[in-house]
Amino acid sequence: MDERWSTDRVRALTSDSAVLRAAERLAEPAPWALAGAGRGAVWGLCRGGGRAPYRVVVEPAGPDWQCGCAGRQRPCRHVLGLLLLWAASPEAVPGSTEPPGWAASWLAERVPSPLEGTAHGTAPADPAAARRAERRAARVAAGAQELRLRLADRIRRGLADPGTAGGWGEVAARMVDAQAPGLAAGARELAGLTGDQQLAGIALLDLLAAAYQRVDELPEPLAATVRTRVGFTTDSAELLAGRTVRDRWLVLGSQDLPDDRLTQRRIWLHGTKTGRPALLLCYAPPGRLPELALPVGRVLEAELAYYPAAAPLRAVLGASYGVPEPGPLDPPPGCGPADAAADYGEAVAADPWQTAWPVVLSEVAVVPGPDGWLLSGGQHALPLHPDTPEAARWLLAAVSGGHPVTVFGECGHQGFRPVTVWDGTGRPSSVTPATGAAA
Amino acid sequence: MTADTAADHWSALLGTALLGTDRRPLPPPAGPPAYRAAAAELAGPDHATALLEQAALATVRRRAGLLPLPAPTGAPVPAAPDPRPELPQAAARRLTVLLAGRGGGGPANLAELLPQWLVEARSRGYRPPAALVPGLLEAARARNEVRADAVALAGPLGRWLAERNPQWRFVLRTTAAESPTEADRIWQEGLFAERVTHLTRLRRRDPAAGLALLTGSWARERAEDRLLFLDALQEGLSLADEPFLEAALDDRSKNVRATAAELLAGLPGSALGRRMARRALAAVELAADGSRLLVTPPGEVTARMRRDGVAPDSPTGRGEQAWRLGEVLAATPLDTWTGTFGLTPAQLLALPVADAADGGALWREELHEAWARAAVRQRDTGWARVLLGPAPRDGRPVRGAGAPAKLLAVLPPAERAGWTAAFLRGHGLGDAFQLLGACATPWTPPLSTAVVAALERAAASGAYPWSHSGVLGLTERSLAPATAPAVAALAADAAPDTAWAETFDRLARTLRFRAAMLAELAGPAAPG
Repeated sequence: MDERWSTDRVRALTSDSAVLRAAERLAEPAPWALAGAGRGAVWGLCRGGGRAPYRVVVEPAGPDWQCGCAGRQRPCRHVLGLLLLWAASPEAVPGSTEPPGWAASWLAERVPSPLEGTAHGTAPADPAAARRAERRAARVAAGAQELRLRLADRIRRGLADPGTAGGWGEVAARMVDAQAPGLAAGARELAGLTGDQQLAGIALLDLLAAAYQRVDELPEPLAATVRTRVGFTTDSAELLAGRTVRDRWLVLGSQDLPDDRLTQRRIWLHGTKTGRPALLLCYAPPGRLPELALPVGRVLEAELAYYPAAAPLRAVLGASYGVPEPGPLDPPPGCGPADAAADYGEAVAADPWQTAWPVVLSEVAVVPGPDGWLLSGGQHALPLHPDTPEAARWLLAAVSGGHPVTVFGECGHQGFRPVTVWDGTGRPSSVTPATGAAA
Repeated sequence: MTADTAADHWSALLGTALLGTDRRPLPPPAGPPAYRAAAAELAGPDHATALLEQAALATVRRRAGLLPLPAPTGAPVPAAPDPRPELPQAAARRLTVLLAGRGGGGPANLAELLPQWLVEARSRGYRPPAALVPGLLEAARARNEVRADAVALAGPLGRWLAERNPQWRFVLRTTAAESPTEADRIWQEGLFAERVTHLTRLRRRDPAAGLALLTGSWARERAEDRLLFLDALQEGLSLADEPFLEAALDDRSKNVRATAAELLAGLPGSALGRRMARRALAAVELAADGSRLLVTPPGEVTARMRRDGVAPDSPTGRGEQAWRLGEVLAATPLDTWTGTFGLTPAQLLALPVADAADGGALWREELHEAWARAAVRQRDTGWARVLLGPAPRDGRPVRGAGAPAKLLAVLPPAERAGWTAAFLRGHGLGDAFQLLGACATPWTPPLSTAVVAALERAAASGAYPWSHSGVLGLTERSLAPATAPAVAALAADAAPDTAWAETFDRLARTLRFRAAMLAELAGPAAPG
């Protein structure tokens, strides 16, 4: 069975707008001959100005492709044009057909997956790099010390004091200078909080700075969490060179968070053998979509490398075996609201800065409560996160229609942030559709 | 203070944090023993630092011990089941694109296509996927013209959602007509447009009930509302409505009186029609030898004529006699002439017309014009066909009397299309907008071919595409799908980067999109 992509998903394959424009012009039946799809591939002959037509064959799931053109942009306009036509016009690129000989031979010979094979080997010991790392650690430690003094000073004078109310931007700037972007982000967030939440935020930021001051005494997973939260990054190639977890990963959710500077895509996975949750993050410049697209409900056999942490969640995708296959027809197994709250509690016990934890809620009805919508599981209920967009609430309500449904999302102390909902027939819908990734 | 809880401790910490540890002491830990002991360990010499550390402890304790809320009592009321089959997968994807108003392979005109998609999906009795219902209701909220179809398609789930979202209340009013008590509430409390819609639908289903509803509140309605309610009676008009309309001839409002008279004049067998026929036969007689029609315009507008809707003065300043003649003849049943004179409409139209007093060749135009108005009002196919005549060729003007588009609208769809196609072949697009608007959609293949040929000639003649934007808009909505390849060919042949190339390209894309979307709705088997 071949599943047609959405045109947005095709557009996400390139970040080159000129190539995309050229491809849109080719997304017409006219330039194509013998276009067809089947056996997981799409092919066609593209007539160019007077020359022999280009043979184009694409395997969208990889994605992998071959085109006879001289252009070296990958993917080229012919590949994208063919995929756009395939996505938008089933009549122009009929499915379930047999590939012609040239396409079939490429499909038979090509390497299994372009995602396979990643850089290996660790960087050679570099004394200069080691000295740089030492210098940075010292600056961050000094920053953490300064942050604690500044926070304590505010508490001494009182948060209601007009002299302490603002100035978080300046604190954040000092932390940027100290090369501690995580502490800087924490300080910036405080500006938007008041009362209860502000005190909690200040206390946890102080706790993070304090933890960094004695990071060498902490047990290793917690120390890694502290370093990551303070703002040290880990090289993903280095991670993949280390221990990886191979599993059949079920895609539970995909969400795009557009920002002024970057679009962040978050893809949540669930290891069907190991039972482990994982979160993949990828980014794209504004107006573009991130390259990695895994449709909700699909299963991908792949290696993941987790970022070291006290409650490991974020991971990078390594080698994958085959293409994302259609997953089970039933919604994923889940738990009730009480267990979801307990799951979050365990994550906080491991990592006190954790604000939410991914969880699948089973058999919950979407019902109005006194202070907004609730996900009710008979005995217990969880409130929706107050930032849940209006459209997302109504989509949840519509799919539920008053009946119990399965909802995947993040359970946190502020409420449940829904990501995916499965209807009665087991079909998933993204609650805030990720422009390219929704199935 | 042993009764204090950890929550009290947190409140005390917050109070001190707000005022400052310089001004307020660090509160003593409270709560369960383990928590108190842990907090006490954090009471270092610097009170501000101690407060922050205790606040962190309290925050993490609270989060790690997160408890769910008790579930609200009472089982949720589910939406009524929807027995309709679900939309084919491809059609559901198409709806997502249409509702988002973008994507779908280039700049096709999606705003033009959503209404058509909705009509088609509704008529095929599909149920949309639940996830798309909120989007449908939003579209219905934003666009009045798609409201009825979108709401019908949204079905019971749409109503269930509307009961919970005040922004979608209109759904309840749109669908409420099903239940008698709700219907009554709409009629008593609804907005004017909702009341008109309700009345029109009720007339369609049960004309007598509609009349009874209107009669019940008639005396209390405002004049401008009465006028539009009266218009709604056009639906299912019959002699049962005559007494009510006769009474409306004495209404306080002039416009209401005029509308009532117009409705009665279009109602076969009405007393008003008979009264008009008497006046008309006094004004027009067949010469004894049958060679011509002799006209004696009505002398003056009597009070009884005025009651029957004949305005005493010409609003346009036309000759008073001509005006009165036209008013009387246009309200006269057309079978008066064929019956009284024993002639066919064609024979009557062929007769010379003369003034009865001096024999001068007058009144022909007025007579034919009035017959045309009567043919439109009475929806008389035979008369309309003869009055319209064959489509003029070679750019000559339309021969017959009256507005051709209105007469055309009286003819059966196939005949309308044929006439308009012939007109296009002779005239091009110049005066075709209203005629095309009178044709049933989608256009027949011959009419579609004629439109494409006319567009091609217009492009070749050097005219600007925007001078035909009205026709192009109609074409996007109405062209037969089978004609799309011809448009694609025009797009391919047009000189590149010209306005016409762009116009044809956009038209071709829209047509292809439309064809694909209708095919998806027609066939349950979604292509792979």
